[in-house]
Amino acid sequence: MTLLLALITGLFYAAGIYLILRRSLVKVIFGIMFLGHAANMLIFSTGRLTKGAPAFVPEGAQALAEPFADPLPQALILTAIVIGFGLQAFAIVLFRRSFEELGTDDVDAMRTTDRIEGGDA
Amino acid sequence: MRNPPLLALIITGFAVSAAAPYLYRLLKARFVWFGAAFPLTLFTVFMLRYPQVASGVPVRERWSWVPSLGLDLSFVLDGLSLTFVMLVTLIGAAVFLYASVYLRHYEEADRFFGFIGMFMTSMLGVVLADNMLLLFLFWELTSISSFLLIGFNHHVPSSRASALKALLVTGAGGLALLAGMLLLGNVTGSFELSSLYAMNDLIISHRLYPAIVALILVGAFTKSAQFPFHFWLPDAMAAPSPVSAYLHSATMVKAGIYLIARFNHEIGGTVLWQDTILVAGATTMIFAGLLSYRQNDLKRLLAYSTLSVLGTLVMLLGIGSKLAIKAFFIYLIAHSLYKGTLFLVAGTLDHETGTRDVGKLGGLFRAMPVTAVTAALASFSMMGVIPLIGFIGKETLYKAVLDVQPWGMLLIVLAVASSAFLVVVTLLVGFRPFLGKPRPELQKVHEAPIAMLVGPFILAISGLLLGLFPDFFVGRLLEESAVSILSQRLGIEIELWHGFNLVLLLSFVTLLAGVGLYLLRPFVLSRMEPLHLPGLVKPSIWYEEALAGMLRFATWLTSALQNGDLRRYLAVIILSALIPASLMLFSSGGFSVTLPADLSVTPYEVALALIIVLATALLLTSDSRLKAIVSMGVLGFGVGMIFIIYGAPDVALTTFAIETLNVILFVLVLAHLPKFTSRSRTTGRIRDGLIAASAGIFMTLTVLQVTSTALSSRLKEYFASASLPDGHGRNVVNVILVDFRAFDTLGEITVLAIAAIGVFALLKLRTGKTD
Repeated sequence: MTLLLALITGLFYAAGIYLILRRSLVKVIFGIMFLGHAANMLIFSTGRLTKGAPAFVPEGAQALAEPFADPLPQALILTAIVIGFGLQAFAIVLFRRSFEELGTDDVDAMRTTDRIEGGDA
Repeated sequence: MRNPPLLALIITGFAVSAAAPYLYRLLKARFVWFGAAFPLTLFTVFMLRYPQVASGVPVRERWSWVPSLGLDLSFVLDGLSLTFVMLVTLIGAAVFLYASVYLRHYEEADRFFGFIGMFMTSMLGVVLADNMLLLFLFWELTSISSFLLIGFNHHVPSSRASALKALLVTGAGGLALLAGMLLLGNVTGSFELSSLYAMNDLIISHRLYPAIVALILVGAFTKSAQFPFHFWLPDAMAAPSPVSAYLHSATMVKAGIYLIARFNHEIGGTVLWQDTILVAGATTMIFAGLLSYRQNDLKRLLAYSTLSVLGTLVMLLGIGSKLAIKAFFIYLIAHSLYKGTLFLVAGTLDHETGTRDVGKLGGLFRAMPVTAVTAALASFSMMGVIPLIGFIGKETLYKAVLDVQPWGMLLIVLAVASSAFLVVVTLLVGFRPFLGKPRPELQKVHEAPIAMLVGPFILAISGLLLGLFPDFFVGRLLEESAVSILSQRLGIEIELWHGFNLVLLLSFVTLLAGVGLYLLRPFVLSRMEPLHLPGLVKPSIWYEEALAGMLRFATWLTSALQNGDLRRYLAVIILSALIPASLMLFSSGGFSVTLPADLSVTPYEVALALIIVLATALLLTSDSRLKAIVSMGVLGFGVGMIFIIYGAPDVALTTFAIETLNVILFVLVLAHLPKFTSRSRTTGRIRDGLIAASAGIFMTLTVLQVTSTALSSRLKEYFASASLPDGHGRNVVNVILVDFRAFDTLGEITVLAIAAIGVFALLKLRTGKTD
């Protein structure tokens, strides 16, 4: 399954990067979501997989005994998911607002701020 | 009374300079006297140390500043330093006095005194610093104050361009100097000049020695405007005249010469060092002399003659004999005095008549007698007429040059020729404006106010006094300076009169040649008119081409990278992360893909993976927003299932909750979203697809590479055993979040709160519009 997860991680990264390079802002937001999943999968799989053994200390025991899943990547992912949600929510609303104000969702139309004098752009 | 520490004087200098603009605004006309008092006080305080320095015991002080960088606040006041300190403060007094009247009608005169005070203090720092890095710091400060002062008339575009030119040339030289100093520090293990004093053998035998010499000399040559870096100095004449008098003839341009003299004992004594200096100096001397011949502007005439003298001084250091050092020392003082005076006179003429064109000035003796006498005194010194100090300077110069083997004859011809050109300049600047018939258009001209006369007059008189009693005034300083430069005393007295000899004859030849050249000048110039030097031989053209090329390159690079195309920015960022990382991964030790040992999969794992892949494919190809949102939800739940299978139920629960929220949020704003449209061309899609695919493959390989080795995590063990006893919780993940890493969680909550505020603001706040 490690191989399968590695492939899925790669797929998520590829999809995410492809989507953030689109002109439509909705697609860019989906791209950000993909990258969030991809990062979580990366942390999860590089933290090594342990099947069906959550990190719960059983009743009566003082400490966990192997095998058990590494709790640290899970804690990191939990934080990442929640922060990622904050980012996505903000991005969705920002996108909605900019569409209202600018009347376009085309990234290529939003390029007037960076022009320099004498440049060809 | 105890003498105040040198550091305290430097700090006071900067503090007073910072306060000077406010004082100027407060005191108005009375600022004149305060302005002159500031440098004079410094002069007096330094003179208190004269007895000690003259007796051969330099003043040394040291405070620790940044020991890890080898940067200490260490100062030394020896004969060489004290000579420069005296010039800087004395001429400074004359310039402050003069400028406070000269600039009275300038709107921003207040800041001028801040700049020039900063310059004076930094210049003192340069000649006092014993630590090389400290010296560099002050060195750069003089460049910056020079930039500010040249560009003082900043509303004039050419003024700004000249300021930038001076800054770029001396700034580039400063960088070279820093590099040279760092190399020197690495070779010797110390940045203290005094501790390098005895390391000459070690330094000159090191393989980096040629690089050190080259870098330090580039620094010195740019600052002292030696060929081919000379071109910034004539342009620096855009500055007000007091600045030209002070920075660009009497003091700052001599910082490079000071540097060569200061380093002479440490890294000199080799053929490379001596000959490079000698050739650069002699070239500058004659080249600038020739160029001065066709100038018509008072200040440009003086600027080219300054270049010529700077070349002579550098050449004398290159000769390096005892006699040459003596000539160097006298010539240095003589030049600062007469050239400072003549620049101030030029400023006065400009101030009173409104022109600096020598062709338009004449017959002003009656109107401006004091200025005329001052100018004549300084001019006699510059021409080398007995009994002024310039005479001794030129005599000693000729004597030193005649001793050189085997090129003495060539050098003496060059020296006499360039001195003859100096005579021409003198006649044009110091005499011609005052002699002849009074011109009708200059009828209303009158003498300058007294504060503009005192300073130049005192400087000119000093040249006379030093000529009459040289040994009394500077004899001891000469001996102690020679110790700093050559590490031995000279034992030669300075005398005005050496009797009738070859050198005296050469002095007469110089004067005659100068007068001859002066008389021939109108004829020669009319013949030279149609001639133009090809641009290739002008270093200033190289500078302009280099500058323009750099700007073109910057424009091209900016429009290539920063063109407003967000997607291109992203692609550049992704590729520049991806390419080096891939090179590292695949090139180090032969990359081979290691498949995990356990390749077994269960049917439901395969099914889950298939669902995820299908959802992804659907999303990528979807043309409907709703379909895309549903795919995203399916995908998120699939990811959650993976977490469940591999022992992460908390993560899975969170994923389910968040994915649900995401879908709801998307559907809520869906009504306001535009339709999915395909905008990119096929080539664009293929390009982006390639970038994305390579990134994906890279990440897959990275995961495989990382997981191919076993992980031994001490944290895993720690959390597993400490969770219950220390955190009182059986769910280890939860304990980590709320206990071991509670501050992380707090930060996370803060981020969410900020995001929530942002969302609220975007949804609710409206500015400038009412709906």
